[in-house]
Amino acid sequence: MTRYFTDEHEWIDVDGTSATVGITDYAQGQLGDIVFVEVPDAGTQVKKGGDAAVVESVKAASDVYAPVSGTVIEGNGALEGDPALVNSDPEGDGWFFKLTLSDPSELDGLMDEAAYKAYVNGL
Amino acid sequence: MRYLPLTPEDRQAMLATIGAASIDDLFVDVPAEARLSGPIANLPGHASEMAVERHFSALARQNMAAGHHPFFLGCGAYKHHIPASVDHLIQRGEFLTAYTPYQPEIAQGTLQMLFEFQTQVARLYGCDVANASMYDGSTACWEAITMAARVTKRTKAILSSGLHPHYVSLAKTMAKFTGDQLMTSAPELSAETDSVQLLAAIDADTSCVVVQYPDILGRIEDLSAIAAKAHEQGALLVAVVTEPVALGTIRSPGEMGADIVVGEGQSIGVGLQFGGPYVGLFACKEKFVRQMPGRLCGETVDAEGKRGFVLTLSTREQHIRREKATSNICTNAGLCALAFSIHMTLLGERGLRDLAALNHAHAVKAAERLEKVPGVSLVNESFFNEFTLKLPKEARPVVRALADRKVLGGVSLGRLYPGNPVLEKGLVVAVTEVVTPEDIEAFAIALEEVLA
Amino acid sequence: MTINASGWRPEVGAAVAESAGTYTGNRALMLEEALIFEIGDSKTTGVDIAAPPAVKSRLAGLERHRPIGIPGLSEPETVRHYTRLSRQNYAIDLGLFPLGSCTMKHNPRLNEKVARMKGFADIHPLAPRETVQGALAVIHELAHWLVTLTGMKAVAMSPKAGAHGELCGILAIRAALEARGDARSTILVPESAHGTNPATAAFAGYAVESIPATSEGRVDLAALSARLGPDVAGVMITNPNTCGLFERDMKALSAAVHAAGAFVYCDGANFNAIVGRVRPGDLGIDAMHINLHKTFSTPHGGGGPGSGPVVLSEALAPFAPLPYVERQGDTFLLIEEETVDERQGKSFGRMTAFHGQMGMYTRALAYILSHGADGLRQVAEDAVLNANYVLRSLDDVLDAPFGHTGPCMHEALFSDGGLAEGFTTLDIAKALIDEGYHPMTMYFPLVVHGAMLIEPTETESKAALDQFIGALRSVAMRAKQGDPLLKSAPHYAPRRRLDETLAARKPVLVWKEPEEAVAAE
Repeated sequence: MTRYFTDEHEWIDVDGTSATVGITDYAQGQLGDIVFVEVPDAGTQVKKGGDAAVVESVKAASDVYAPVSGTVIEGNGALEGDPALVNSDPEGDGWFFKLTLSDPSELDGLMDEAAYKAYVNGL
Repeated sequence: MRYLPLTPEDRQAMLATIGAASIDDLFVDVPAEARLSGPIANLPGHASEMAVERHFSALARQNMAAGHHPFFLGCGAYKHHIPASVDHLIQRGEFLTAYTPYQPEIAQGTLQMLFEFQTQVARLYGCDVANASMYDGSTACWEAITMAARVTKRTKAILSSGLHPHYVSLAKTMAKFTGDQLMTSAPELSAETDSVQLLAAIDADTSCVVVQYPDILGRIEDLSAIAAKAHEQGALLVAVVTEPVALGTIRSPGEMGADIVVGEGQSIGVGLQFGGPYVGLFACKEKFVRQMPGRLCGETVDAEGKRGFVLTLSTREQHIRREKATSNICTNAGLCALAFSIHMTLLGERGLRDLAALNHAHAVKAAERLEKVPGVSLVNESFFNEFTLKLPKEARPVVRALADRKVLGGVSLGRLYPGNPVLEKGLVVAVTEVVTPEDIEAFAIALEEVLA
Repeated sequence: MTINASGWRPEVGAAVAESAGTYTGNRALMLEEALIFEIGDSKTTGVDIAAPPAVKSRLAGLERHRPIGIPGLSEPETVRHYTRLSRQNYAIDLGLFPLGSCTMKHNPRLNEKVARMKGFADIHPLAPRETVQGALAVIHELAHWLVTLTGMKAVAMSPKAGAHGELCGILAIRAALEARGDARSTILVPESAHGTNPATAAFAGYAVESIPATSEGRVDLAALSARLGPDVAGVMITNPNTCGLFERDMKALSAAVHAAGAFVYCDGANFNAIVGRVRPGDLGIDAMHINLHKTFSTPHGGGGPGSGPVVLSEALAPFAPLPYVERQGDTFLLIEEETVDERQGKSFGRMTAFHGQMGMYTRALAYILSHGADGLRQVAEDAVLNANYVLRSLDDVLDAPFGHTGPCMHEALFSDGGLAEGFTTLDIAKALIDEGYHPMTMYFPLVVHGAMLIEPTETESKAALDQFIGALRSVAMRAKQGDPLLKSAPHYAPRRRLDETLAARKPVLVWKEPEEAVAAE
């Protein structure tokens, strides 16, 4: 299990050819109270950098991008009834979707935890 | 100029504060060649209140006001009596001159009114939720068609031939640009609606079926079978109501299975106003709420735990979602929604039912009398307060001849469906509570004369 | 993930204990009011309706058999309910409305009076044309003045609001392109645009691309020119723009867009700043909507109705929507439907049932005739003077990001720069409520962090502005000094800060009987 980060504040946990995606603690802090999350259905094809999910606070709707290309295995159904999970546990129970990677080499350009921390500190 | 409080001395003092020599210095960013050197040519100078009023009085006198004559026009706009207190209340400055309620702490008046309005509309229509209003019935109808496309992820809509032709025309205009496919047709001059054809047309590609209730000819029909067929095929039923008073006596579309119910609210509180501003009503099942267009008001609490209201789910809207919004609509019809809501509060359930019963009784009386005019036949078997007559000749010149006799005698279908030889003998007659037995008699006699 | 660019997050703030409660919950003239569902019932009515004559029902057996659930009140209770509600609203009649991006000015009552004349208010849209000549004359006359004031070729009167007008303009552009067999896919929109602009372009079937702003808060002409090409249908510009600045390069911009075969749409929401002084037609614009409820003061009504006629250039005029009014000698014609007549062959169709917002036309025309050519010019001058006065009177306490580049037009823009740690634009806005003002536009435009946009309009006196400037200065100082009381403002409004998160997480959009509400949990 390896965790990578994007400069768009998504995290991705990779386990072989499957992975789990969510948004970072920094991202949820920037958004404030999350009131609604729209996650992709199983079977959806996502493209690296393309729209994959939507997260809404009271005053903003933000697109969540796919860190890598692949096929969605599952969206996090728990977020529909309890979007606050993204605030309380963004890098755990507040995950967005799981996917099968179509091109693991796409992980190459992503940051590790230390690099992401440094990136956020520079913002 | 009476509306401008600054004095020449004020202007000089303010320029000094700003550090500008003249007003022109404030317009430096406008290219010199685009600046006008003096007041715009051809437009006269400012005018007194008295002079402006006189100008309008003269123009107003050139129009035949509905209330001054026997009056029978409908087809999407209806003359009803509006209690005096409605117009008094909507002219209160705190309603009339308020902004959109984006600052809820100082807009609870508008917000609570909208919450009450949404509830009234939802209940009248038999739906779970309603929005805070749209521009009018026709634009609400198109918004419903696009919402159905979003919900079903299909783009083929079937529009009943009984849908108001202006609503159809608007949908056709928009569909040209959005690529939605619309199935449309003109109505037949008969007691039968097109429900058999609609049922046959619904298939697995249908996003929605749009049915008007009562329809453009005034016919009423149970929508349950169409709703069932639509749902069986994964499509939605959109019901359109142009005469909300009807729902005081007949079953709501929501009860019959409609998924989205939209319509015109003008009958309640708003008045004719030559077609606008009106108020679009929009309601649907709760599960579709995030696909709904327009503003929504919701209940919440304040920091002290007191109940209050806010605009909510605004992430659906254009000012936040921008190109991903559910609609480009920014404003609603707030003041017309207020007029609707006040009139509805004055009526209450009892008043609405009594009003609807009176409308229906007047219409039945009128239909019975007008049927007796030689050569005239009644097209409808069923109707609420509006029915269609078949005349022995083209109706459009008949309407003009009736107007010459100071009777505003309905809407000719030839005007709504130009170039349709089947419909040109049709005359749609609306009869509301404002019509008296004398009006009906005057109409019948004038019609006899004109047709003789 | 895209980050909330405006920086706005609703904050509820801490509750402050009530000093002394009252039995009713009222606080003198601050009156609480229950919902009609709590005070009315289905048997009460405030309208006397005659008993109907006995007839045989023709309702197809569809009579209602269940209660509707609409409560009624008597007339006195109704008047009191709505009057009490009205007092919980801020309004122009009570004070200054410093809202940028929505011109909130005095609403003359003469306009209300003429709109209510029976000859306008009580006529049916489908009445025979011979019986409504005076109404058609009003539409024709207003259209004439709108064309004259903008220096354009024609005007489409029927759009029902600004956004509807935008749609009309974009559809006219699309129709014009299609008429010459030119399918283009993209509309360019500056990043400072009103949210309606991209929404409208998308609604009309276009892809939307953003054009950056310069550090001066204007459209980056070089970036725009570089992006123009055979796929670009048009550009949507707001001028004066949402930073309150005039787009100096407008003519060059229009020329570049036209050279690329595209059209220029102008969002006319800020026309108030230039009315009578500048004609958009002289800047190369092809289509512009005019918000009658802003520039010509047909009242805002708590959020509509509006009216958004669209003036069109020679190139777009033939594609104007139906219906429209034409004059033939002494008679006015209403051209309602496509016919074989060639003159109408190009119209892109109908945008609304009937003919648009007549009630707004009478008000706007009364406003135009009252001001006349000299008065309207004075409107723009005073609006711009008032805005610059606010800008220069406050730029020592608030950060004015574009203040150094020259005068603003009708609205002054400030950012949240220099506030104490943890203090936001929202706190300043809510503190202004306690000072007796509606807050300025906040967190818009997005190009400025924590934006505060102030449009005083021309109908404020110098004394009224001085008082407002004093109030905002005081609040800004408190925000810079970190006054904790600001975090829980407003303290004196009918409600404290409202929990918008709760409203969005658990939407309650209609009233339910208490037992219904419990069952639904």
